[in-house]
Amino acid sequence: MSEGLLGSELFRLILGLVIVIAFSQLNALFLVWLERKVSGHIQLRPGPMEVGPHGLLQTIADGVKLIGKELILPLKADKKLFFLAPVLVFTPVLVGFLVLPFSPGLIIHDMNVGVLLVFAFSTITVLAILTGGWASNNKYALLGAVRSVAQNVAYEIPLLLAVLSVVLMVHSLSFSHIVESQKTVWFIFLQPLAGLIYLIAATAETNRAPFDIPEAESELVAGFHTEYSGMGFGLFFLAEYTNMFLVCAVATSLFFGGWNGLFGFSFGIPGVFWFLLKTYLLIFVIMWVRWTFPRVRFDQLMNFSWKVLIPLSIVNLLITAVVVKII
Amino acid sequence: MEKKVREPGAPPVQFALLDDILNLARANSLWPMTFGLACCAIEMMAAGASRFDLDRLGAGVFRPSPRQSDVMIVAGTIAKKMAPAIQMLWDQMPDPKWCIAMGNCAISGGPFQYEEQYAIVPGAHLIVPVDIVIPGCPPRPEALIQGLLALEDKITRGEGRNVLRRFKRVSGGVN
Repeated sequence: MSEGLLGSELFRLILGLVIVIAFSQLNALFLVWLERKVSGHIQLRPGPMEVGPHGLLQTIADGVKLIGKELILPLKADKKLFFLAPVLVFTPVLVGFLVLPFSPGLIIHDMNVGVLLVFAFSTITVLAILTGGWASNNKYALLGAVRSVAQNVAYEIPLLLAVLSVVLMVHSLSFSHIVESQKTVWFIFLQPLAGLIYLIAATAETNRAPFDIPEAESELVAGFHTEYSGMGFGLFFLAEYTNMFLVCAVATSLFFGGWNGLFGFSFGIPGVFWFLLKTYLLIFVIMWVRWTFPRVRFDQLMNFSWKVLIPLSIVNLLITAVVVKII
Repeated sequence: MEKKVREPGAPPVQFALLDDILNLARANSLWPMTFGLACCAIEMMAAGASRFDLDRLGAGVFRPSPRQSDVMIVAGTIAKKMAPAIQMLWDQMPDPKWCIAMGNCAISGGPFQYEEQYAIVPGAHLIVPVDIVIPGCPPRPEALIQGLLALEDKITRGEGRNVLRRFKRVSGGVN
């Protein structure tokens, strides 16, 4: 009886979901601390130092404080949608974790349409942002939400086209198949353009600088989360960092060899550590970009996607298709 | 044995341990509002930048929206036209919130306060409840940091109770 229960798919899914929620929260806490440390060191200052060793307890203090703060519901705001949005922004990110291949045996549910699932669900994040911006009944929040939708629609296309060229090479939408076929050569070496386009579009998808137009402080107060106080804001904040981990993990498995080591040599390090190492390195690169480049203007952002990234990714996809056909 | 007397302003029902934990977290994560009025704001920016770095104390997250900030640093002269805006910003902040009056203008009007002056509000305490005053014209960033530390000690009710912060002040402040 117990063996049947333990081995069942439902039990596996529930256990996986619990682990994923715990992991994503811890990961977000760590990433917020890391971001503040990285930004500090890039700007020649130490960052959080006083709360715990090297400020390690800083984000825990921030989290406890956010939980203890007053939740303000603005007058004339749509109450249901206003409180739904921070929850909605977190759900798709968690679904994405279900198909991530941490190592050959460590996938919660290895689906044959895993890549499709991740990108289908990641679009819901935009919906949540739009919901939050609309329900706040605030002009800055609404403007931020509208910008976010425009930006995400524009950058979803090159993102998917870049991923498609990898899918064409493997003939599979399953993450584990894609990672297995990168045993010796990572796809970043075969598809450097697609990899670059993916990273740029993923930065825009997660609303990170230099593409953080939806929350541009200089024009829009705080963008779509202007009216959110306390943990409502906290959830948006945590979702941003979890989303960042998700896109970097997907990039790792699509372009940087997932659980595989360097050129087929794993140096005796287990696959999951390779996976996490590469993911956190990519996250570090995204943070590095954020604290190095200024925010782009909105027309520049749109032009860059529609006039540069999309044509380039279509050409890349065509070349890939022809080469795959010939070989 | 200390006599248990309710402190003025404290809520009638208190959950001792929970309150202590919450206060500890609040004291060590004071997010100021991105908001400056005059030259004191320049010193405030300097305090947030590389050389002084408020982020060491967890107070460097300048939030652009009042909904997400914990402490309002009134940094500069309060013109009469600006006063309603400051009041509105204060009202928009969620509880618990604190206010620091930085510089002589925000404390008492500073050099702009004289007989028959018509332009400024002489003191932030006239429009919002002020917790900490930092004198100076303008105060140096070190003074602002001392003021923030004093506010932290006020929140945790004594420096000795702020077990999270490693840095201890040598002297001064409210205890």
